Amino acid sequence: MSTNNDALLYVEDLFVHFPIYRGFIRRQVGAVHAVDGISFDVKRGETLGLVGESGSGKSTTGRAILQLRRPTSGSVHFDGTDLVALKGEQLRHMRRKMQMIFQDPYASLNPRMTVGEIVGEPLMVHNVTKTKEIEERVKHLLELVKLEPAFISRYPHEFSGGQRQRVGVARALALQPSFIICDEPISALDVSIQAQVVNLLEELQGQFNLTYLFIAHDLSMVRHISDRVAVMYLGAIMELANRDEIYLRPLHPYTQALLSAVPIPDPIADSKRKRVILQGDIPSPVNPPSGCRFRTRCPIAQDVCAESRPEFREIKPGHFVACFFAEKFL
Amino acid sequence: MPDFILDVQGLETTFRTPDGVVHAVNGVSFGLAEGETLGVVGESGCGKSVTMLSILGLIPSPPGNVKAGKAIFSKQDLLKISKEELRHIRGAQISMIFQDPMTSLNPVLTIGRQLTEPLELHLGMTKEQARTRAAELLQMVGIPNGKDRLGDYPHQFSGGMRQRVMIAMALSCSPQILIADEPTTALDVTIQAQIMDLVKRLRDELGMAIIWITHDLGVVAGLAQRVLVMYGGYIIEEASVRELYANPEHPYTISLLGSLPRVDEIEHTKLLSIEGLPPVLYQKPEACPFAPRCKWAMEHCWKENPPLLVVGPDHTSACWVDTRTGRHR
Repeated sequence: MSTNNDALLYVEDLFVHFPIYRGFIRRQVGAVHAVDGISFDVKRGETLGLVGESGSGKSTTGRAILQLRRPTSGSVHFDGTDLVALKGEQLRHMRRKMQMIFQDPYASLNPRMTVGEIVGEPLMVHNVTKTKEIEERVKHLLELVKLEPAFISRYPHEFSGGQRQRVGVARALALQPSFIICDEPISALDVSIQAQVVNLLEELQGQFNLTYLFIAHDLSMVRHISDRVAVMYLGAIMELANRDEIYLRPLHPYTQALLSAVPIPDPIADSKRKRVILQGDIPSPVNPPSGCRFRTRCPIAQDVCAESRPEFREIKPGHFVACFFAEKFL
Repeated sequence: MPDFILDVQGLETTFRTPDGVVHAVNGVSFGLAEGETLGVVGESGCGKSVTMLSILGLIPSPPGNVKAGKAIFSKQDLLKISKEELRHIRGAQISMIFQDPMTSLNPVLTIGRQLTEPLELHLGMTKEQARTRAAELLQMVGIPNGKDRLGDYPHQFSGGMRQRVMIAMALSCSPQILIADEPTTALDVTIQAQIMDLVKRLRDELGMAIIWITHDLGVVAGLAQRVLVMYGGYIIEEASVRELYANPEHPYTISLLGSLPRVDEIEHTKLLSIEGLPPVLYQKPEACPFAPRCKWAMEHCWKENPPLLVVGPDHTSACWVDTRTGRHR
């Protein structure tokens, strides 16, 4: 994949392995291959959806981009700078431009801090606003996420899940970032509240020209919010393309199976669909299968799939797929 | 009226909490026909689980209190019979599976022991017979080498496999009714598809009736024949599955369907969002519980809580407003 100018973020050959230690002298006996050599870019102003089942490495990818978890190898270019090479003050400086919204609005807000302290903290830490102006700025941020500015002195437990997630969004916006990683921002919320938060994220994106990496396992929501979509399985990207390409013309057997497994809230459309039901579970990332990691559950796997890892290749403009037999579905 | 194998009338359940008495279920009535799959849909706190737990006598009291109602199953009222009698029905004729298979399996007992217990208790099998049957049951729910796995503990199974064990356990005494409380919510979508496929196959083979509780309107669409939508402890709409999705009548159902993105969505439309929050009812409401969030609400809605009104063949909705015209019914 080549870098181009409209890419805000460019991830190349990213590996994140978690070592496993055993025994008295804590010798390393193996590693969890959480992210195993992925490359992709995120263009300015777009939303890239990153989908996969649990254990596919999508959240680890998000954390590795922000350097919250240092990658084992590979590079993460943000706005032309390789974040992996940065340390200390330089990295902190870059972090202003990239923020994260977390999955669990109950765990990601400090219960002993008021909303004002939570949303104002990034402003203090990065010393970007005069102390007496912080309150004004926080109130403005609360208004942006459609919360009452008067909530500034309340504590997280006084809010519902949807409101807490808005506080998380306000905190992420505080430093006026250009890039936000949304790590399953709605999966802990009730159905009727999910739409509120998603609509807010979309509005803010338009207002501030934000770039999103939207990590989720809900394929319907990813289709709704994303411009392009990357599908991960066991630490690798299986397919990456425009939203409509992925959903209407999926070329990887895993994407096809994944899409066919999503229930549609419409009994007539649902009964007309062809279902591919995958056998078995996701293998352990400690010992991923040789060659293509999907081959153990793949309906069209051949001998070659066990021998070598299929290249992540551009099969048609903008449509990348890691499968030897993707041409079958063209 | 068809013959119902389970007929629930006017069920009311409350919980005493430090903040006051919460009215969790406020007069719920429904029937379940033999071999039918009934979907019960609603968000957290709408009373869908409490309804089922009340029927099976699984509400801890205090703080819970099943205040009123009847639940007729094979000519007995489940809410009236003794604990002992109920225990013979639960797990044998009516069984239940839960959302989180890890917390509903006992972590310190082998799954063999957990599977054989109901067989010995309800069916009076010997240890040997029960073990053989348990191995068959594991085979039936798609766990290979069932016999060898009887000695394994729950943590040695993956999430999907644990849910299969739960299903095997629930079906071990060939129940007439299986109550499934969000059994696929904790699972990945490809595993969810496996489990739903399994349940459909077993339903066709064994002919049991199923009550499937979920917040996911998509899951119900592909599984149920009839659907109840619950909100604030009330059933607010009931219809056949095709009718409900084609012609939703209640504003809550309409909004809920509109707030869901679809995986087969072609055009990007803004999601319909329902402002506000689901209610916690410290009092039995005088008004419609959905009125504060409803776009169609009119004066009458604030004065009287609508009962379920017939709006079409086999279709009822608890709403004063005809959402098609925006006028009072």
